[in-house]
Amino acid sequence: MVTFIAILFAGALFAGFIGSLTGLGGGVVIVPLLTIGFGVDIRYAIGTSLIGVIATSSGSASAFVKEGILNIRIGMFLEIATTLGAIAGAAIALFAPTHAIAVIFGLVLLYSALMSLKSRSEIQLADSQQGNKSGRLVALLKAKGSYMTANGLKNYTLHNLAGGFLMMILAGILSGLLGIGSGAMKVIAMDSIMKIPFKVSTTTSNFMIGVTAAASAGIYITRGYIDPVLSMPIMLGVLIGSLFGARILIKSQTKKIRFVFAIVVTLLALEMIYNGLAKNI
Amino acid sequence: MRDIMGSLLRYGVLTAAILVLIGGVLFFIQHPGEIFDYSTFKGEPPRFRQVHLIVQEALNFRGRDVIQLGLLVLIATPVARVIFSLVGFLLERDWVYVVITFIVLIILFTSLFSTYLI
Repeated sequence: MVTFIAILFAGALFAGFIGSLTGLGGGVVIVPLLTIGFGVDIRYAIGTSLIGVIATSSGSASAFVKEGILNIRIGMFLEIATTLGAIAGAAIALFAPTHAIAVIFGLVLLYSALMSLKSRSEIQLADSQQGNKSGRLVALLKAKGSYMTANGLKNYTLHNLAGGFLMMILAGILSGLLGIGSGAMKVIAMDSIMKIPFKVSTTTSNFMIGVTAAASAGIYITRGYIDPVLSMPIMLGVLIGSLFGARILIKSQTKKIRFVFAIVVTLLALEMIYNGLAKNI
Repeated sequence: MRDIMGSLLRYGVLTAAILVLIGGVLFFIQHPGEIFDYSTFKGEPPRFRQVHLIVQEALNFRGRDVIQLGLLVLIATPVARVIFSLVGFLLERDWVYVVITFIVLIILFTSLFSTYLI
C-alpha cells in the first residue's frame, strides 16, 4: 500500500511539473494516469484530478493576483457561467456511463494536445482585430480595463459578451464532467471571442480555474467520488510538481518539451478513446 | 487588497496541504499494511462525504477524515476568495458586482451543501 501511494505521489509530481511547464495543466494528465496507469475507476480519478486542479490553480494564482493585470470584474461575471456549467457537468457525470466520459475525455485531451502546439503569435493576433461590441451591457458590467505595457498604459474592452459567456458555460461543463481545469478554453473564450488582451486572458483564466473546480468538487465530495487515500499523494504531488515547473518555465527549452509532451498526450488520448469505446473503462 | 487576496490563497492551500499530510501520516499509523482496491467504484461512506461528519471524525484524529478536512479547506479556499471579493465590492459600493459575486457564492454553496438540500 505504501508503495502504491509512493508511486502515485511520484506520478503526480511528474504530472504537476510537466503540466505547469507546458501549460497543459496537471488535470489532463491525472485522469489518464490513474485510469490507464493504475486501473483506478474513472469516477475516483475525476474527483481526485479536480482536487489537483484546485491545488495548483490556487497555489499559482496567488502570484498573478499581485501582477495587477488580472481583471476581477470580468472574471467574476464569467464565473457565473463557469460555475453553473461546472455543476451541470458534475450532475451529468453522476449519471453518464463511464465509457462515454472516457471517450469525451479522450477527445478533449486530443484537442488540448493539438492546441498546445499552436504558436503564441497565432493566438495573439486576435488582439488587433475588432469584433462587434455588446454596448450597454458591457458598460453596465464595467467590462473594460487597462494594464501597463512596455509602451505605456493600454486600454481594452470586451466584445461578443454572449458568445464568450456561452463558451464559458461549455468550459465549466467540461471541467465538471472531466475533472480538468479548462484553462485553455477559458483563454480562448476571453482572447479570441471577447477580444481581451492575451496577458489579461491568461491571468484571469488562471484565477477562475480554482473557483470553477471548487463548484464541481463540492458535488463530487458530497456524492462520495473523492477518496482521501487517493487524493493525498495526488494533491501533494501535483502541488509540489507544479511549483517546480513554474520556476523552470522561464527557460527557452520548453518548446521541445511541449512537442514531446503533446505527442505523449495524444497517445494517451487515443488510448482513452479506444478503452472507452471498448468499454474497458 | 490584491496582496491580501494572494496571501489568502497561498495560506489556504498551505493549511490544506498540512492537514492532508498530517492525515496521511495518521492514516498510515492507523492502517498499516491494509490494501485498498480502487478499480471498482463503490462510493465513499457518509463519514467522508458530509461536512459535519468529516469535521467530527477529524477532531477524533481519524487519519482519512483529517485528509478529507484538508480537502474541504482546499475547496473552501477559492470560495473564500470570492467572499473576499464580495467584501471588496461592498466597500467600493459597486452594487452591480455585489449582486454578481453573491450569485456566484450561492452557486458555490449550493454545490457544497447539495446533500443537505435534497
